[in-house]
Amino acid sequence: MFKNKAVSLPYLVWSAVFVIVPLGLVAYYAMTTKTGQFTLDNLARVGQYAPVIMSSILLSIIATIISLIIAYPLAYIMSRSSGNTQRTYMMLIMLPMWMNFLLRTYSWMTILERNGLINRFLELFGIGPLTMINTPGAVVLGMIYNYLPFMILPLYTTMLKIEQHTIEAAQDLGATPWQVLSRVIIPLSMPGVTTGITMVFVPCISTFAISRMLGGGSSMLIGDLIELQFLGNTYNPNLGAAISMVLMVIILICMAMMNMFDEGEDKEAMLL
Amino acid sequence: MNENVLISLRNVAVDFDGERILHNIDLDINDKEFVTLLGPSGCGKTTTLRIIGGFVEPTEGDVFFDGARINDLPPYKRQVNTVFQRYALFPHLNVYENIEFGLKLNKVDEKERRTRVKEMLEMVNLKGFEHRSINRLSGGQQQRVAIARALINHPRVLLLDEPLGALDLKLRKEMQVELKRIQQSLEITFIYVTHDQEEALTMSDRVVVMKDGVILQQGTPQDIYNEPANAFVADFIGESNIVDGIMHRDFLVEFAGREFDCVDKGFGLNEQVDVVIRPEDIKVVPSISGQFSGVVESVTFKGVHYEMIVDSCGIKWMIHSTHAEEVGSLVGMCVEPNDIHIMHKMEEE
Repeated sequence: MFKNKAVSLPYLVWSAVFVIVPLGLVAYYAMTTKTGQFTLDNLARVGQYAPVIMSSILLSIIATIISLIIAYPLAYIMSRSSGNTQRTYMMLIMLPMWMNFLLRTYSWMTILERNGLINRFLELFGIGPLTMINTPGAVVLGMIYNYLPFMILPLYTTMLKIEQHTIEAAQDLGATPWQVLSRVIIPLSMPGVTTGITMVFVPCISTFAISRMLGGGSSMLIGDLIELQFLGNTYNPNLGAAISMVLMVIILICMAMMNMFDEGEDKEAMLL
Repeated sequence: MNENVLISLRNVAVDFDGERILHNIDLDINDKEFVTLLGPSGCGKTTTLRIIGGFVEPTEGDVFFDGARINDLPPYKRQVNTVFQRYALFPHLNVYENIEFGLKLNKVDEKERRTRVKEMLEMVNLKGFEHRSINRLSGGQQQRVAIARALINHPRVLLLDEPLGALDLKLRKEMQVELKRIQQSLEITFIYVTHDQEEALTMSDRVVVMKDGVILQQGTPQDIYNEPANAFVADFIGESNIVDGIMHRDFLVEFAGREFDCVDKGFGLNEQVDVVIRPEDIKVVPSISGQFSGVVESVTFKGVHYEMIVDSCGIKWMIHSTHAEEVGSLVGMCVEPNDIHIMHKMEEE
């Protein structure tokens, strides 16, 4: 048998070259001027984009919460259905993901447009046209649509592990359906909730394609801002790197908060 | 109707996926009685228990609790608690919180909760385990938590679904005695499901033997053992020799190539019957003085007794005796008329 160390060596090299080095480069660019001198100006300038950062956080939180609300009951129903029904649900959830991400988002544009499907339908009843595209609402919709599967799947996996007997035991001891939910199902599915939140929140907060296509100019997000610095007219990789670093710190803080919240559960799980 | 009857099943039938798995069950369970539903797996005993617990709704028939029809009463409204087969403890709660669960739902105040959980822990011998995570308990300890958790609400009936199935033999025997003690000290009704005939005989006031969704026989352990209603019950409850026989007339049966006196009557003339003889009821005697004789094929030491297989004209008799005979030797066998049990042939399936 291989020794553990020998087997993990390629992964170590890989992470050194493709994770640590790029991170170092981001940090280097963030703290230097165009001519390569040390400066903190770039980081200081991030402050002036506070409104963009705040609205990114806000929209991502809204999208994450709505995803959780949609995904939770669905995941529960899935986990309690028969094998065949479970596979069908799984297929329906995965199917859209086999299509290109940009294509899927693009199709929402044609649905939400001023002359899009919804407005033309509403016209039949003399309503509208409504402004749906290029609003923060459309951006949130795009986020939920694209990242909902990442909420459903971890929830579904943890709920599969909740035994039917455990639920019956609670009913047997006098728990009403609501009490079964609040005292047994929710506590036992917490690991799935935290994973789901992380897996939806992180891509939401760093997205740029969704806000560009569905938000127009109306709601610029951190992702758009960073993209502009590297690929846009305002070419300024040093500022872009600084914003990226701030974004990473924000995500790290969010994850740390989640972990603190989740700590109690983890301890129990460790004892297994 | 008997005044003591607490639960009645009247003509209860259950279908699963269009298949009938329980047929016309009529069963009365008295207050403070220890009733065991006994049968092989798939006989419908667990389904019967789940009907009483409220987890299965009968397709036909009625369930009464204390005189009131409870067919569609959800489990959380029933004065019945269950000890589940694999305990089904709450993995996110410790021992104390698991036992306390039912009290919290009933809004019992903190102080009383504490005294009652403490009482329960003492009763199941788990003092000092309050803050243990349930993942760090042995099977026997988890079992005790499950029992304490189910008893904390003072149910009128405790349902137990093969609660000792996962325990080793010694622990199982200890828990049998303990369960009986708990049942007697609390004076509540226990309905116990098992496939272990010895467990059923040891603990029950009444045993209900089931097979293929039908009740075959019910009675005291002694009745069931001594007077089994048919060959299946006889074979399932303890070991038996079951041979084909012909009932020539009342009190006279022919099997193993000769006629025997017996104590049964009321069969048709020359009816084909099953003859059941317990292995411990066959006496081994010198070959000339036996009613019939055979050759010893094998001898196995079983601790308290030897188990011998004796071949007599092609019929293999199982005999339990404290004396071992030589393998290959010719022995005689005697059976008292009292120990010959005659049964109607069961309908072939």
